Amino acid sequence: MQSLSNRKKVIEQKPMTFWERMYLPAIAKGLGITIRHFFKKIPTVKYPEEQRPYSKNFRGQHSLKRDEQGRERCTACGLCALSCPAEAITMVAAERTKDELHLYREEKYAAVYEINMLRCIFCGLCEEACPKEAIYLDGPHVTAEYLRKDFIYGKDKLVEPVFDIKNLKQETTN
Amino acid sequence: MAEEGKFKVTIDGISIDVAPGTTILNAARQIGGDIVPPAMCYYSKLEGSGGKCRTCLVKVSKGSEKDPRPMPKLVASCRTTVMDGMEVQNITSPDVIEARKGVVEMLLINHPLDCPICDQAGECKLQDLGYEHGAEQTRYEFERRTFERIDIGDKIQLHMNRCILCYRCVYVANQLTGRREHGVIYRGDHAEISTFIERALDNEFIGNVIDVCPVGALTDKTFRFKNRVWFTKPVDAHRDCPTCSGKVTLWYKGEEVLRVTGRKDEYNEVEDFICNTCRFEKKHTADWTLEQPTDVDKDSVITANHYTVFNPPPVIKKNPALQAANEEQLSRTERLK
Repeated sequence: MQSLSNRKKVIEQKPMTFWERMYLPAIAKGLGITIRHFFKKIPTVKYPEEQRPYSKNFRGQHSLKRDEQGRERCTACGLCALSCPAEAITMVAAERTKDELHLYREEKYAAVYEINMLRCIFCGLCEEACPKEAIYLDGPHVTAEYLRKDFIYGKDKLVEPVFDIKNLKQETTN
Repeated sequence: MAEEGKFKVTIDGISIDVAPGTTILNAARQIGGDIVPPAMCYYSKLEGSGGKCRTCLVKVSKGSEKDPRPMPKLVASCRTTVMDGMEVQNITSPDVIEARKGVVEMLLINHPLDCPICDQAGECKLQDLGYEHGAEQTRYEFERRTFERIDIGDKIQLHMNRCILCYRCVYVANQLTGRREHGVIYRGDHAEISTFIERALDNEFIGNVIDVCPVGALTDKTFRFKNRVWFTKPVDAHRDCPTCSGKVTLWYKGEEVLRVTGRKDEYNEVEDFICNTCRFEKKHTADWTLEQPTDVDKDSVITANHYTVFNPPPVIKKNPALQAANEEQLSRTERLK
């Protein structure tokens, strides 16, 4: 049938010549290409020892923030879970008692806060929805695990550590 | 000319014949749609309610057929009765929109911005009103008035901070109980609702103050911080109750009934007041006869991720062979650790 676009290429098949049947020149040519690559600049980096610069608005692992007094900002309002298109976030709220005033910023706090990193698509809508500036996707890449259950990150992994000036000093002196 | 014994009233260009003595608000509700003025304090089931919050202000551009002069000021539509040939402007009048914005700003002067904490968030009328008519920022520079939380009985919690003094709960307490136990004390800016010396209200119907409250000032303590409203699924149900009609809405989270409320219509008014036993003590599916999922306005946040059928088919079919294989694999990996 006649081609409509006329872009069709007809491949011609010919029997191999003597040199082609020997294969030796072809092997030498192939090895040449391989050896040439040894002297080229390597495009890959040795992650995680070596890292490429990240974009400023890179979205990585979530962290639950603390305020300037070290209290958790999250008030378990559920807007992150509502905005989440992948339904990755769940939480259980609890009421703050009188002796927990230094731990939580608001009257209500998240007793359990879990993000399923397998479901999460790192779209950052939770960050945008948060009225308390409590969640930011400012962490590194989420690392690989062996089991699915280990991808459900709880508050132990998500809440940022309490800011301590002593730790900061140690880091700079080392 | 209207029908015999009926008054013709035109609201935003839509005419309707209503019985004499009907208020403008109720006439608008008979028409329905966008032209219904919002109401924070008026409650059709409570006698004497209305006239407090001023959110239902409308402009009367023609007083009546006999006296066509317009009314000099905006009037509260919940308290103004219609006249024959009256013409009312609600959303078509820029004056009304402007005034309503001012009213919302006024209501929000002392109202805290604690919607992320408040249990009413998602079904709060003040939230809707602020969203539709409110300014983006407050101009108020002074301290908001604050109160300690008060427990009214062991089931109801009063957050006086959030109260907008609509008096609905006062009317519920007055009209459903024999004695006057609940009221507003002090005046003007200092006014607060209170039970007399914080005395527990123990009437069988007092739980209805939670339903009538347009904001989160009176909330259910048994539901306190249990879940957000939009994660729970409302289902209409009834039971054979000796004290009340027994027609309620159950708010489910999974298999669990988190809260029981009266059935609310589009104006957030309950159809029947329910008793405390139904509200606070019957929290098992076995206590109720389920009817159908409650019809929620499609723009409401409560409809988020909800289905309109009782038992939606599962997203993934159950495969016992696959489950067994997964379990086996998991135990093998655990052993290797």
